[in-house]
Amino acid sequence: MADASADIRQGRIVEVNAAGLYYKDLNALLRKMADGPDGQDVAKIVLRNVAGQRYIATDLDRPIEVEIHGTPGNDLAAFMNGQRIVVYGNAQDGVGNTMNSGEVVIHGHSGDIMGMSMRGGTIYVRDYVGYRVGIHMKEYLDKVPALVIGGTAQDFLGEYMAGGRIVVFGLDLGPGECHHANFIGTGMHNGAIYLRGPVRDYQLGKEVGVVRPGEGLWSPADWDFLRKCAEGYVRHFGGEVEEILRGEFIKLYAKYLRPYGPLYSWRN
Amino acid sequence: METDHAYPVGGGRRSPVERLSNPYGDDKVIAACSLFGAMDTSGRRFSGSLVATAIANMHDRGNGLGGGFAGYGLYPNFKDSYCFHIMFLSKETRHEVEDFLRRHFRVHHGEEIPTRRGARVSNPPIIWRYFVDVAPAQDGLGSATEPIVEADYIVERVMQINTGISDAFVFSSGKDMGVFKGVGFPEDVADYFRIEDYAGYAWTAHGRFPTNTTGWWGGAHPFSVLDWTVVHNGEISSYGINRRYLEMHGYICTMQTDTEVVAYAADLLMRRHQLPVELAAKVMAPPFWEVIDRMPEDQREVALALRQVYGSLLLNGPFTVIICRSGEMIGLTDRIRLRPLTAATSGDVLFLSSEEAAIRLVCPDLDRTWIPMGGEPIIGRLKTSAPVVSPASRNGIPVLTGEEQR
Repeated sequence: MADASADIRQGRIVEVNAAGLYYKDLNALLRKMADGPDGQDVAKIVLRNVAGQRYIATDLDRPIEVEIHGTPGNDLAAFMNGQRIVVYGNAQDGVGNTMNSGEVVIHGHSGDIMGMSMRGGTIYVRDYVGYRVGIHMKEYLDKVPALVIGGTAQDFLGEYMAGGRIVVFGLDLGPGECHHANFIGTGMHNGAIYLRGPVRDYQLGKEVGVVRPGEGLWSPADWDFLRKCAEGYVRHFGGEVEEILRGEFIKLYAKYLRPYGPLYSWRN
Repeated sequence: METDHAYPVGGGRRSPVERLSNPYGDDKVIAACSLFGAMDTSGRRFSGSLVATAIANMHDRGNGLGGGFAGYGLYPNFKDSYCFHIMFLSKETRHEVEDFLRRHFRVHHGEEIPTRRGARVSNPPIIWRYFVDVAPAQDGLGSATEPIVEADYIVERVMQINTGISDAFVFSSGKDMGVFKGVGFPEDVADYFRIEDYAGYAWTAHGRFPTNTTGWWGGAHPFSVLDWTVVHNGEISSYGINRRYLEMHGYICTMQTDTEVVAYAADLLMRRHQLPVELAAKVMAPPFWEVIDRMPEDQREVALALRQVYGSLLLNGPFTVIICRSGEMIGLTDRIRLRPLTAATSGDVLFLSSEEAAIRLVCPDLDRTWIPMGGEPIIGRLKTSAPVVSPASRNGIPVLTGEEQR
């Protein structure tokens, strides 16, 4: 096992030089520091020189903050349960895969399938996200996962979405520029997607309906939720809450509970 | 289609130790193929160790059944000769191929490609390189009225070697470039071929996780004909129809792997049919019909024509490829981006990679990184028409001039 170069600073912040550290060793080290007997006073772990190590912060049992400098590998925060991750850089594919609770903050862009099968918690992304973000997100009672994306998204946003909320502020779009994604909400059967900024009808999947503020299906709770998202976004990345909320929003909802029912059984 | 020999699954009794160390029988394979490309568009040459370091960082995307590199600008002292990298499975085959080369070419120099003993590669074959010039007179081909096209002549001879001489396979056949590939992890293949001893202005690299065909030396990436090279992550489901179409144009697939068709398609579309990269990309990853319907009239006509003429070269299935030729590097994904690609620039250098981390590892100071849309080609081109060649003398590279050879 490579030397982790871990040393404790200020008592409760631990810094790790992750250069050259294999992903299994890095995650074992995180587990040791978060959950082991020697790490009980650790509140925050700062990872330096991260270069593609996968599954960071998976399988930790105690709330703890992990600050990442560099580029974390795929499936960052997979199955994460109650931790807080801050990435100073871009993230790769699969952030928050089946994440259960906690918060991820990405000061950059994030890759494909972010929030895949996510069950709870929140992911904030300063810039844009890749393909199939929020694919098959779910929710149950008070567990409602949320993705808050500052820029735009690429194709198949919210594909087969089964619950949760996706908010895309489109702050990186030029005047009059439409969102980049096509097939938005294809196969979606629950949850909601909020888009700020223009989008054409053909960019939407066949299984979603559109609601605009002022229409019957748009409730004050929608604004409350968006305000919370904007406040969270501004807290992490700066900007103006009111300016974000002044934008033109639409909400996409699932028109059918089982859009592909007839494909898989004779009974619809 | 492929069997995963490295990872037998299911069935069988598990030992007590394994039950303890792996209680859930979790033999998850997280591999997925890795791609990396780097081009200095100013023509400055850099060591292959850079791409070897980058591709090694994506070790877990491969499973040790293939790794390879393509470099451009490697042989400045022979830059006007075609360089054949050829794999032989037996000594006798080498003599047969050398006879063939002497009959069809003017051979300036031939030598075994230097390798490092003790590198962790399995069953390395014999691999030589030859610097040759086209000598059609020897074949009685070509005349003042009907000059032969050199590149076509090369392609035909490559196909003759691949199909007509058993146990010999041409890894690459372009000018001032070469392919180094084999069975092993890419870092081990780099070690074996002493990749760090070479300098080029463009490099591509591949770590393989074979899913449909066997892991053998010829089946490792890059695939190449002339100076075209292709590294690929994904699966060309349309291999059968692509292959039949290419056979009609004289390209015979012999490497037992789908990626081979991409190299031949690139040669057919961009060299022989002279399509610009942007249109060739639209042949391989065409826009959807509904997207074509929404296009302005003139663009729609082009898109329709391409689909009608080149329908058989549509690459179906998930793919990301890095296609390279002298002076040009192209990254392309399938139109719904079922495989990853990240691009970045730093000064004159363009990087393409399966993962951003690999780029940042070798170049922490990037001007820009971005994730291209599916089907959108990312193109790097040399700023000068000819690569800027610095005086070459790297360890391990023979510095030979034409005079010395005659």
